[in-house]
Amino acid sequence: MSSEHIDEVSGISTTGHEWDGIRELNNPLPRWWVITFYVTIAWAIGYTIAYPAWPLLTSATRGVLGFSSRNDVKNELTAAEAAKAKYVAAIESRTVSEIAADDALREFAVAAGGAAFKVNCVQCHGSGAQGSKGFPNLNDDDWLWGGEAEQIQQSIKHGIRFAPDPDTRLSEMPAFGDIITADQIAQVSAYVASLSGLVQDAMLIQPGAQVFAENCAACHGENAKGNRELGAPDLTDAIWLYGPGETAIAAQIRAPKQGVMPAWIARLGETKVKELAVYVHSLGGGE
Amino acid sequence: MLDKTRIERLEAEALNSAKTRQPLYAPRKKVFPKRASGSFRRFKWLVMAITLGIYYLTPWLRWDRGQFAPNQAVLLDLANRRFYFFLIEIWPQEFYYVAGLLVMAGIGLFLITSTVGRAWCGYTCPQTVWVDLFLVVERAIEGDRNARMKLDFGPWTTRKLVLRVSKHAFWLVIAVATGGAWIFYFADAPTLLREVVTGTAAPVAYVTISVLTATTYTFGGLMREQVCTYMCPWPRIQAAMLDENSLTVTYNDWRGEPRSRHAKKVQAAGQPVGDCVDCIACVAVCPMGIDIRDGQQLECITCALCIDACDGVMDKLGRERGLISYATLSDYNTNMAVATAGGTRPIHPTLVRTAGGTFSDGLAHFRIRKMFRLRTLIYVGAWSAVGLALLYSLLTRDRLEINVLHDRNPQFVTLSDGSIRNGYTVKLLNMIPEPRTIVVSLQGLEGAEMSIIGIDLPAGRSFTIPAEPDRLKILKVFVRLPADKVKDQVQTLKFRVEDKGTFESNEYKAGFNTPEAHR
Repeated sequence: MSSEHIDEVSGISTTGHEWDGIRELNNPLPRWWVITFYVTIAWAIGYTIAYPAWPLLTSATRGVLGFSSRNDVKNELTAAEAAKAKYVAAIESRTVSEIAADDALREFAVAAGGAAFKVNCVQCHGSGAQGSKGFPNLNDDDWLWGGEAEQIQQSIKHGIRFAPDPDTRLSEMPAFGDIITADQIAQVSAYVASLSGLVQDAMLIQPGAQVFAENCAACHGENAKGNRELGAPDLTDAIWLYGPGETAIAAQIRAPKQGVMPAWIARLGETKVKELAVYVHSLGGGE
Repeated sequence: MLDKTRIERLEAEALNSAKTRQPLYAPRKKVFPKRASGSFRRFKWLVMAITLGIYYLTPWLRWDRGQFAPNQAVLLDLANRRFYFFLIEIWPQEFYYVAGLLVMAGIGLFLITSTVGRAWCGYTCPQTVWVDLFLVVERAIEGDRNARMKLDFGPWTTRKLVLRVSKHAFWLVIAVATGGAWIFYFADAPTLLREVVTGTAAPVAYVTISVLTATTYTFGGLMREQVCTYMCPWPRIQAAMLDENSLTVTYNDWRGEPRSRHAKKVQAAGQPVGDCVDCIACVAVCPMGIDIRDGQQLECITCALCIDACDGVMDKLGRERGLISYATLSDYNTNMAVATAGGTRPIHPTLVRTAGGTFSDGLAHFRIRKMFRLRTLIYVGAWSAVGLALLYSLLTRDRLEINVLHDRNPQFVTLSDGSIRNGYTVKLLNMIPEPRTIVVSLQGLEGAEMSIIGIDLPAGRSFTIPAEPDRLKILKVFVRLPADKVKDQVQTLKFRVEDKGTFESNEYKAGFNTPEAHR
């Protein structure tokens, strides 16, 4: 090292380095700064003893305080479950209508059911439960199998046309393409469309009414209002699961599509099914 | 007549005087401020009493708000997100009042600084006030400047130990009281005090007390002037705030120089002598440890104690007060021009005083009109404008509000009879601490009817809702429009809330969406 160099202006020794004629004064650090510096070192050492810090071959030191972020999460989850326990117990012990009638319980069930819906149901019914062609809109007031909370619960629990569940809701519309003629299909389609004012062609409607009475009224009813026992849709309203208009109706008569919903009880359990039922019931169409 | 030689000559040297000026990073030199007395000191005692009184006592003021709101006059209720200030209750969304107050504080600081300099620093800054308080304790226990210096430089004895321990113990008591007072602004003070004492208060209360105790003790007792000089940004900012017409504590060297410790001897030798007898009283009382005679400097917080010290000396000498005084730079320059004959020669007492001993024409310590100038008037205007706007907004603000969120998924639902339904989340804000009955109704959108989840009434255009005191009520509302009433893809409607008792009302405009096919 170079010999000590004293800065002429300040009279203070420099660090001995020089950069383009600029030297750095070798001033002492303020005491508080030095103390703080040593405190941070002491703190760091204490920290590595108290908390997990030093990496080992397959793990790391555990620290004397026994801290673990995984445990923290576990504790928080346990605390959250404990906080919900009161509501969950009430939901287990009550029927869905009772839950829907109780403000606090309904609020809880709607939140929990909404979360479960986002995970399990949105794939078919859409994120806003708005459905799409072939998948019912759960917001509206048209229910194939009934819109009371208990009926919704039954549909979720056992599914629709879900073969593995013996209690599943079951119905099957025959493929009328093999039973009646193409002309008859055109006539009855026009008739069905006319019920909600979509078609006015009397040449088709009158014979169509005859075809309907002979083939369709058994399930859909003489007035075509449907039958929830059989999951037979109301054909007079404005809501069409497979699309409005004669063409869509004809296609569904010729070779009907049969939507399937799985039974959820085995996967979600009774409580979640109840919460989901209350949630769906609360969307605005519940009866 | 008192003899000049009877003025006590004090041994003190400015920390930052030119000949001993050190770089910033150097070991601290302790400052032992001497007790001052005089009008500024009295004013500072008063300010200290008021500011400390406000700080310690405010949370204990009671204010009756009825059974549905706390009865503490000033309360920051973080848990319930409410701020109470006497008559005023502020909800979180009204935080702009606080923002407005901060704007006013900012402009106020500009105004104060541009007129009377760093008055904030010198009188009301918590650092200044608490350091003053800590110095009171220090003086009471260890004595005034000379005794303290002797004690500090002397060896450790039992007496020194006792004095030091008792001083720090007192400081800690003050620090705990200061940290403790803070938490009472955030909860019901009497309840919290009981909890703190019995050890049942929330951990955050103890943590807060500990942190504020530590900062108060460290800043007020140990670091003192270093906080102002090294930590605070304001001394740096003030340079931009001050102008030549701002008051600063000024050593009037136009009448003080040439200073002399042995005025009579020097005078007898036929040399000029100014008013300054170089008694160092101004340096000894300075809590920042500086020499004001070196001119305006960053460290000076304008506490004016040097003015008191110097005025006392001038009184004893039978000279006019104000050798050190509040003066503006332009005052100073005017006076200096007289004293130096326009800068052509060194300061000479014969230019300052007439033969009769009075000041020459054109000399004055302070000229009041300099305080009223365009800049300060603009500050006053801006400050008042913000204040009036806040006041107006406060007096006319709504205490019954409505917010509406239109469901976006799905935007609309077609019902079996062809009618269209839209969903809304309607939030009613009853912002007074009293329960009331509110009527929610639909305005516009002819033919539409609403229904509310959880209220088993037939659909209609108006519902009566009980609202809890000081609470937000959330309603899930469905509005249904018959198919034959649908006109445009987006129609508008209004939700209206009204308190039939007070006739307060509010409206919120919302859209009503319908599917494309209906257009």
